[in-house]
Amino acid sequence: MNPLFGMIRRDLLLVMRRKSETLTALFFFIVVMSLFPLGIGADPVLLRKIAPGAIWVAALLSSMLGLQRMFAADHTDGTLEQMVLSPTPLYLLISGKIISHWIVSGLPLVLLAPLMAIQFDVDVGALKIVVLALLLGTPILSLIGAIGAALTLGVRGGGVLLSLLVLPLYIPVLIFGSGAVYAYSSGLDVSGHFSLLGALLIMSGIFSPLATTAAIRVAIE
Amino acid sequence: MNFRLLNWFKYASPGTFYPLLDKMIPLFWILTAIFAGLGLWVSFFVAPTDAVQGDGYRIIFIHVPASWMSMFIYIVMACWAGLGLIFNTRLSGMMAQALAPTGALMAFLSLWTGAFWGKPMWGTWWIWDARLTSELILFFLYLGFIALQASIDDPRRADKAGAILALVGVVNIPIIYFSVTWWNTLHQGASVSVNTAPSMAHTMLWGMLLMALCFWMYSIAVALMRVRVIILERESHTEWAKSRVGVAI
Repeated sequence: MNPLFGMIRRDLLLVMRRKSETLTALFFFIVVMSLFPLGIGADPVLLRKIAPGAIWVAALLSSMLGLQRMFAADHTDGTLEQMVLSPTPLYLLISGKIISHWIVSGLPLVLLAPLMAIQFDVDVGALKIVVLALLLGTPILSLIGAIGAALTLGVRGGGVLLSLLVLPLYIPVLIFGSGAVYAYSSGLDVSGHFSLLGALLIMSGIFSPLATTAAIRVAIE
Repeated sequence: MNFRLLNWFKYASPGTFYPLLDKMIPLFWILTAIFAGLGLWVSFFVAPTDAVQGDGYRIIFIHVPASWMSMFIYIVMACWAGLGLIFNTRLSGMMAQALAPTGALMAFLSLWTGAFWGKPMWGTWWIWDARLTSELILFFLYLGFIALQASIDDPRRADKAGAILALVGVVNIPIIYFSVTWWNTLHQGASVSVNTAPSMAHTMLWGMLLMALCFWMYSIAVALMRVRVIILERESHTEWAKSRVGVAI
């Protein structure tokens, strides 16, 4: 079997055997989203306005929750070391892990977002933009997050450190992702935002597995 | 001359670099003092009062050099980090580690003086425009780098992990630098550019350049002092380091 797909299949299987961790991150997303109306007030006009930003912030936080799990278990039981030693390029295996992380933590957010957007009274046109932007943006979150996860592998206070490393790098995604929706609601052209998100996706898609691979080699040696 | 006599890596060893540091640090402190004296004199007494902004514009003499240094130090840090990864030299990692706090300080100064400048001129301490936000991200990147290095016990691993992070974060530098060109925001465009004549009086420009040189020398001096401490810390098991600090061997 192709090692890339083999890796994705293996990681998805592992997640399916222990569903609770993944579901926790999804419920976290829903809970954070429900906090905004409670904290800010239930004014529909205001909620409609903050919805894209709130969805993105919640998505950022909840996709970060699962990051530590990406390599931690494999690192403790030595699987990661075997991956480094194996003749298969580590780049492929890592890419597989990142893709499966996105399928588990990013894709559900894309599917849940419309539901959340309806709660915030977002109209159908903006809803499509939200979903499209998330579809382009959440893979970037997994890609950038993988670098942070690999760097903090087996490090003291890894969880907090991970957020400090990764969140600043997430900011461009947040800006362009929510910017697309704001541009749409103010009647501007959204293609620029999508082009930039696409460019970010391509850039991080190429370089992030490289950086992650290097970071894992550093952590293993 | 035999080309092989020219040893490019001579000063890559902490042991040979250390005596050189003792000569370089006073030199750069003297240069800092000279440029600071000249720069402050020009910026306070020679440069004219601005027609629009009054005397408040004089913050530029701190603000612009600090912003330049914050970006430039990050690039230098990333270069050292890259060198360290490529050649596996110990000193490169130490240099990167020594530069990070100075860079963070410069980014903080740039944001702080910017806020003081923004209040009288724009009427606000802070605005979420592209340049301010990207400078803030740069500050966070420095903090992340410092935190990552601090939390890894093995110094060699800390160097390498930090190096990867520094190289990933270097993407942000062009974004900050060109942010005023790409996005039309409240922050004014670049005051100095290579291609066109600067949009300010000559004495102001001189004041700014002198202050930039002063910041430059200061950053080098402080980074070298920090690297000296790091060398001693990491080489504390060696004979020469022990004799340096006067520990009985």
